Amino acid sequence: MNYPVSQYQSFNIIQLSGEIDLNESPNVRKQILSYINNNNDTLIDLSAVEYIDSSGVASLVEGLQVARSKEIKFALLGVSDAAMQVLKLARLDTVFSIYKSLDDIG
Amino acid sequence: MQKLERIHLLSRTDMLKPLRLFVRNVAVKQNCCKDNVECLVMAVNEACMNVIQHAYKYRDDEEIIVEFWEDNKELIIKVIDNAQSADTGDIKSRDLDDVRPGGLGVHIIQQVMDCVEYKSGDGSADGKGNLLEMRKQITSEKKSENENNAVVNNAEKE
Repeated sequence: MNYPVSQYQSFNIIQLSGEIDLNESPNVRKQILSYINNNNDTLIDLSAVEYIDSSGVASLVEGLQVARSKEIKFALLGVSDAAMQVLKLARLDTVFSIYKSLDDIG
Repeated sequence: MQKLERIHLLSRTDMLKPLRLFVRNVAVKQNCCKDNVECLVMAVNEACMNVIQHAYKYRDDEEIIVEFWEDNKELIIKVIDNAQSADTGDIKSRDLDDVRPGGLGVHIIQQVMDCVEYKSGDGSADGKGNLLEMRKQITSEKKSENENNAVVNNAEKE
């Protein structure tokens, strides 16, 4: 599945949705890395994510690491309750930059 | 101890979604509260994911068995595979301060379940088989609602 992408300021926003598990996370990883590898600031919109497991979270962490190495921006947007629960369990809620909405980016 | 359900599934990644639905249905049938349901779904998903990734190394024609037992308001879930027995000492949560992709499944399972125990081998000479036993005290939906109401009431009094 290719997730819809929109733009805001310097960011490409990848809008993930549904259930991001081991079956889906390779697609998520591929799409995230394709934008980061093109040196695009990237926002991952998690507002429509109903479920994410540790493989999905790993894709986000990898995105963050590659973005840092390229000195581009990488952040999460509108994190759903389900996704936030897993980020907190993995103690990653303080590792990512997280925006509640686009208004918070400024 | 009473056996509730037993499901056999192939070690395919596309089986995880129907498995989560199955777990959800079992938990709801046991009148588990919403938090319990989410914890159980997460734990079983992570456990089976670990089997697919690490035990079967993505071989997709192997079998995973998930059993659900109930014992005195405790839900016991057993995840059984027939892969080469792992050294149970090697199955542990990693240092979360080391931020890197992967290796979070065991930590998540330990966080959401009350008791987690890995057993390896079925005693056979070929050294195969792994069993993960996870336990969770069941908090019923009604009790959970009452507890929430009590918290709200106490907060209002304060």
